[in-house]
Amino acid sequence: MTRELTQNKIQKTWVASKDERAASPRKSGGGPHLANPPTVIVMVGLPARGKTYISRKLTRYLNWVGMPTKVFNVGEYRREAVKHYSSYDFFKADNKEAVKIREQCALAALRDVKTYLTEMGGQVAVFDATNTTRARRDMILEFGAENDFKIFFIESVCDDPNVIATNIMEVKVSCPDYQDCNKTDAMEDFQKRIECYRKSYQPLDPDDYDRKLSFIKVIDVGRRFLVNCVQDHIQSRIVYYLMNIHVQPRSIYLCRHGESLHNLQGRLGGDSGLSVRGKKFSSALAKFVEEQNLKDLKVWTSQLRRSIQTAEALDVPYEQWKALNEIDAGVCEEMTYEEVRKRFPEEFALRDQDKYYYRYPSGESYQDLVQRVEPLIMELERQENVLVVCHQAVMRCLLAYFLDKSADEMPYLKCPLHTILKLTPVAYGCKVESISLNVEAVNTHRDRPEEVKRGPVTLIRRNSVTPLTSHEPVKKPRVDALDDHVNPELPPAPLTFCAATNNSLTLSTQNLKRCVTESRDLPRLC
Amino acid sequence: MDDGAEECVPTPSRELTQNPLKKIWMPCKKNGLPEKHIFQRKVCMTNCPTLIVTVGLPARGKTYISKKLTRYLNWIDVPTKEFNVGQYRRECVKIYKSFEFFRPDNEEGLKIRKQCASAALNDVRQYLTEEDGQVAVFDATNTTRERRETIKRFAEQNGFKVFFVESVCEDPDVIAENIVQVKLGSPDYIHCNTEQAVEDFMKRIKCYENSYEPLDEVLDRELSFIKIIDVGRRYLVNRVQDHIQSRIVYYLMNIHITPRSIYLCRHGESDLNVKGRIGGDSGLSDRGKEFACCLAQFIHSQDIPDLKVWTSQMKRTIQTAEALGVPYEQWKALNEIDAGVCEELMYEEIQLRYPLEFALRDQDKYRYRYPKGESYEDLVQRLEPVIMELERQENVLVICHQAVMRCLLAYFLDKTAEELPYLKCPLHTVLKLTPVAYGCKVESIFLKIDAVNTHRERPENVDVTRMTEEALLTVPAHQ
Repeated sequence: MTRELTQNKIQKTWVASKDERAASPRKSGGGPHLANPPTVIVMVGLPARGKTYISRKLTRYLNWVGMPTKVFNVGEYRREAVKHYSSYDFFKADNKEAVKIREQCALAALRDVKTYLTEMGGQVAVFDATNTTRARRDMILEFGAENDFKIFFIESVCDDPNVIATNIMEVKVSCPDYQDCNKTDAMEDFQKRIECYRKSYQPLDPDDYDRKLSFIKVIDVGRRFLVNCVQDHIQSRIVYYLMNIHVQPRSIYLCRHGESLHNLQGRLGGDSGLSVRGKKFSSALAKFVEEQNLKDLKVWTSQLRRSIQTAEALDVPYEQWKALNEIDAGVCEEMTYEEVRKRFPEEFALRDQDKYYYRYPSGESYQDLVQRVEPLIMELERQENVLVVCHQAVMRCLLAYFLDKSADEMPYLKCPLHTILKLTPVAYGCKVESISLNVEAVNTHRDRPEEVKRGPVTLIRRNSVTPLTSHEPVKKPRVDALDDHVNPELPPAPLTFCAATNNSLTLSTQNLKRCVTESRDLPRLC
Repeated sequence: MDDGAEECVPTPSRELTQNPLKKIWMPCKKNGLPEKHIFQRKVCMTNCPTLIVTVGLPARGKTYISKKLTRYLNWIDVPTKEFNVGQYRRECVKIYKSFEFFRPDNEEGLKIRKQCASAALNDVRQYLTEEDGQVAVFDATNTTRERRETIKRFAEQNGFKVFFVESVCEDPDVIAENIVQVKLGSPDYIHCNTEQAVEDFMKRIKCYENSYEPLDEVLDRELSFIKIIDVGRRYLVNRVQDHIQSRIVYYLMNIHITPRSIYLCRHGESDLNVKGRIGGDSGLSDRGKEFACCLAQFIHSQDIPDLKVWTSQMKRTIQTAEALGVPYEQWKALNEIDAGVCEELMYEEIQLRYPLEFALRDQDKYRYRYPKGESYEDLVQRLEPVIMELERQENVLVICHQAVMRCLLAYFLDKTAEELPYLKCPLHTVLKLTPVAYGCKVESIFLKIDAVNTHRERPENVDVTRMTEEALLTVPAHQ
């Protein structure tokens, strides 16, 4: 009659299956299937309108909520094809040879899009190029129709000369095209490059030509939006996200509560108060916050006692969020790791096997946490200066979002007690400063156990792809099977530089690794 | 590492005490009582009240949007009220004669309408400043710039934020349908037949058309608004100021008016249900399995096009869905309320072990949070994405649990926080909800398989000093 149900041992989800081995429904973690046919997001706009900024940020967000997404930046393909950039002449409309090359690059990128979406388990591809003519967009629409992909356009329209100049300074003058130029020359050349596109620019026309297309027009960096024909859930989420992000300079401070009594005992979870050292940290935190001298700092805590106690020391208003509560360890709440290992040896082993998807019996997984914490991320995007006083697993989740860490890396991010991470958006990524307040605390970090450790890491984060035609010796990989298990670990591309910290001694190895690879990984996308 | 570290003497911070009902930690004064101002993260953290102003010709869905938005905001705990100027007019002018009242050259009509608008704004002011309202929806045509300026000034004087919601539509079919759905049955046309009513109403619309000044990208660029075009085909969003406006925009962009039905039911009777135990993750009893089969037959007989089926991640709902033989999606957000330390206990056991908790729950069942568990208030927050997705979808069957179903039902039927935890959602009964006019039609279909009753009414005595018998008076029978 009805199929038998078995409970998947890692995710604790009930699955109907004929055989003993319970299938693991990775994708349907906590929510519904977000997008059935794959979606191609197509950027539209003149140079220096924030297309790549939006592409990368959106991709980071979608990957974080569990939707495999990748950016395909045509400029990158162009840099592969034309080794040396001489000047804006390349972009002139009458430069026949260049026009041909540029079209080939676009086609190569679309081919890779197709491969990603059909053979590699990708769900969303972001096609990052100017796409300013109807001819180009019609070509893409045809491509979408042939392959059964949904197409959603994101157009960025902006005519504020200040904004454009700032963009050029932030990300263009330091781009590989201009590595042999001084800033003034680079700026001048780039402005001329923009002019090359302007004449043939046909903006999306909702009233007539493009009235049946699905798109959002972002006007003046989010002052105004025009949204046309949203087709499905994922497009609706994308629109919501784009309407909440902003580019105002600000910083986000993440830290854990002060050391708690349970921490001292090595106990998981629970709702204990601060230890003496934890209270000391709270005072130090208060002093630190004051020294930062921020206008309008919002302070958020969870609803657990230890984070509230920490915030209390700041003597400023704070908001409590239940969504910031530590991961629910279910039946393992308040046990030490030793006790867990003794009483639930199988669970203990399973967790080490797959820490992201592992759900404690009657508790939560990191994957659940991401879903729980998502409204917070949305609100963090809306806000300006915020201090979030939370917990180890929750902080790892938030950090993974800001630093574009994969599901595989997330549960092993180092978030020690009594250390504040100051995140400041810069260029296409996030600057991180790690500030230890010099109050001792126990170490609550458990490394990935030896037996389960991954091999030596040589691969870069899979969010961007080196074109197949590239002559580069070390290509960013085309991972053959997008099985989350083999997520390669490496510092993420978006992190643009390692900032000076107050205490270099307290930099975790992960930070040090990041610093080392910096020089190779300058923001390259134009 | 400690060298140079400064001695940070912890300032004597306020002590924390845990509110016994909601389990929220709050700073308390010397005498152990909680401080007044405690910030608990709620949805809407806007500093000042918001005035939402609808804009548009008659029959463009303004009242539909107003009521739906109000219902949504109240459900997510943002106190909201709508103020429909047409209603004020009906109070004032007892009997509606004809469209002539709305002619732009009808001096007396204009005077009355202006007065009604003012009266409504007065009530808005009272609601937002004296009655703890957070959002007021001012539902009227507001089709001239002049009228909107007046409202803007009113808002500025009182420290309210203003957000305009304009509905623009020229599709004659949509307008005709609107008129049929909600105008024909309006008190204005009680004594008319359909043809007369339609004719009069079309003339009414004409009265507004000449003076209509739609919100304009350029002229109104300083205002915060959303322009909804052709029932959601397109949106123009300008200057969203804060969180609540962002949430309103998101909601408005997700709702639709395509006819469809939502089916809500609980899992089939479970083993723990039979024993009178709450929570847990048990499987279906024999009767529960019978129900699952009946549900399959019922769904089949309804012949619903493109039905989506959603379950929680608990065994009993999945087992129920399995019987349908169609694909279904599991949502963790649909899991039953977490009863924390009371999981798998019978009410009798809860009374025995946690009599104080049991009493507190009866005192304020909506806000009461189980120790290490959840409250209905938490559930609503957890379910909000489900509601948002339900709004996007068409025909859906949601197989869930008692507390969860109460929350969803309260959203669709606009029930208050006080009513919500006592809504009747018996086992083996499907509720079919169909949007109609400004609300929701409910059909209750009992699938004729007996099951235990799991509904516990609020007992008379909710005092912590009550006797055990008084506490257990309303516990339903079980094994």
